[in-house]
Amino acid sequence: MTFYAQNLLGGLAYGSLLFLIAAGFTLIFGLMRVVNIAQTSFFLVGVYTGLTLLRAHVAFWLAVPMAGATVTVIGLFIYRVFLHRYHADELIALLLTLGFALMLDDGALALWGGNPESVPAPGALAASLQLGTLVFPSYWLALIGISLLIAAALRAMERRTMLGAIIRAGVDDEEMARGLGIDVDRAFYIVFAIGAFLAGAGGLLGGPITGAYPGLDGDLLPLAFAVIIIGGIGSLEGAYVGSLVIGLVSTFGKALFPELSYFTIFVPVAAIMSLRPQGLLGRKR
Amino acid sequence: MPRAVVAATVVAAGALAALVPSLGLPQYYVSLLTQTWIFGIAAMSLDLLVGFTGLVSFSQAAFFGTAAYIVGIAQTQYHLAAFWPALGLALLGAVGLAAVFGLLALRGEGVSFIIITLALNEIIWGLAYQWVSVSGGDNGITGFVRPAVAGVDLTGTASFYRFCLVVLLVCLGLLVAIVRSPFGLVLQGLRERPRRMAALGYNVRMFRYAAFVLAAAFAGVAGVLFAYYNEFVGPVTLSLDTTVQILIMVILGGTGTLLGPLAGAAVVVFVSNALSNLTQRWELILGAVYVAILLYARDGLVGIGRRLWLTVSGRDPRRPGADSMMRPAASPPAPGDAEREP
Repeated sequence: MTFYAQNLLGGLAYGSLLFLIAAGFTLIFGLMRVVNIAQTSFFLVGVYTGLTLLRAHVAFWLAVPMAGATVTVIGLFIYRVFLHRYHADELIALLLTLGFALMLDDGALALWGGNPESVPAPGALAASLQLGTLVFPSYWLALIGISLLIAAALRAMERRTMLGAIIRAGVDDEEMARGLGIDVDRAFYIVFAIGAFLAGAGGLLGGPITGAYPGLDGDLLPLAFAVIIIGGIGSLEGAYVGSLVIGLVSTFGKALFPELSYFTIFVPVAAIMSLRPQGLLGRKR
Repeated sequence: MPRAVVAATVVAAGALAALVPSLGLPQYYVSLLTQTWIFGIAAMSLDLLVGFTGLVSFSQAAFFGTAAYIVGIAQTQYHLAAFWPALGLALLGAVGLAAVFGLLALRGEGVSFIIITLALNEIIWGLAYQWVSVSGGDNGITGFVRPAVAGVDLTGTASFYRFCLVVLLVCLGLLVAIVRSPFGLVLQGLRERPRRMAALGYNVRMFRYAAFVLAAAFAGVAGVLFAYYNEFVGPVTLSLDTTVQILIMVILGGTGTLLGPLAGAAVVVFVSNALSNLTQRWELILGAVYVAILLYARDGLVGIGRRLWLTVSGRDPRRPGADSMMRPAASPPAPGDAEREP
């Protein structure tokens, strides 16, 4: 029983971390149809930036938005200078982001070196909680809560705000939205910035769980993609559900079949692909 | 360039290449060329998908690496050292894996195809990395040696070099025959106008599936050679890095040209080795070069060469080059572009 509860919590925490990557990914793709392969590299840069800030004695909760902001600057630069012109060309945009993923990856290795580093959880949350026989890091609960809050905020933004209305209009019919005088380009910048910020801030938020090491981005990329495949590309709710599914499956996989843990995510992916190729909550395109 | 010129150049280059080990070059260069031939096969196999069928697949390393692992495992754990049975098993493995992957990945189209192939590739990598009792985990598989093929001992650098060159030329010949065959023309039709091909009665998914599996077989051949080249297989062989490296070779060289990806393989192998002697940041440089090619010369080295040739021979170099999915943005849209599938 303790075993299942432990892994259930761990899986939800890991899934919450994946959501911070997948949310930006799915928002960016939904609106501008850019598959941003560099999304997990943004996460990686976020972890390292955050770690550097923590070492400079910046408080954790201040370092989180600062890491997010740093990555947003990098992301907007890449978007403004390179991607902006190609958002209509899905394939070129994807291949370009791949190039930036390579460069960010190698740049991070150059700046921060190749040794795996661990990221401390913030002050009060560094301790473990005990419920009966169950012992787990209290940070897990915090991360689950934060991620849920972010998901709710993003959903409210999409449904309730003017920006959300513009995004939905752009997703449904970009040409018509432009024809009506809506500044879709501005929404592109904002959405790309949100995606980069989430990945960067998510880097430090997730850091206490993942640690920081070269190749972290490559390790997370297939998980993020599995999330998108399961949830349905472009769907925010799908990204949340998919994140929890993949978080749980990979965590239980690690505990139950340590030799095959990576392989276990193949099962939901294959099932979704054969039964519902557009994903759980995705729309047919 | 006229086809006869290209064919004659290839034959001459092949003959010249066969002489390389006798020229007294340092063994280092002979090994780099061997690597080029091996990755050339892998890059050409991916070009069949990317350049000719219009499927950008990110799982080529999975087939390449699976074949390599099968060679290593067959020899170290099952004492199957002979070349032909090992090759047969490895190809069976690569093709079988592609048969499963293709069924899943081809349910998605365009971007979702890419995402699925990437995820599947990483899952196979995870298997190799974690399933220590079979794959040796991070340590990989060592302790197997190059076999003799048709009585020729391949343990020497020169003999293995020539063997890889022969395999490369055979694969090149086969691939050229495939892309020029009616089957190959259907694939190119699918690249240009999938919906119209469907309307003409071609089973789009079937043909894509066939191309996907066929390309995996060629990648498998390259994987077998790579296993013997290193006499070692590790998880990197089927990692995302390898997939991306093969893709960069294809794009750098020029998609839909076969010889372009071979040239791309040569550039990546030589430049990455030369650069890694000079700087540790060669991946950064490779990424920058790749981005530059995507931005400014989307038809790759072959396209640059073709434009130079046209300029030298006094024709208008602005005429768009060979049809390719990576058609430069400047070329006028073909009539009926609007019917492209979403």
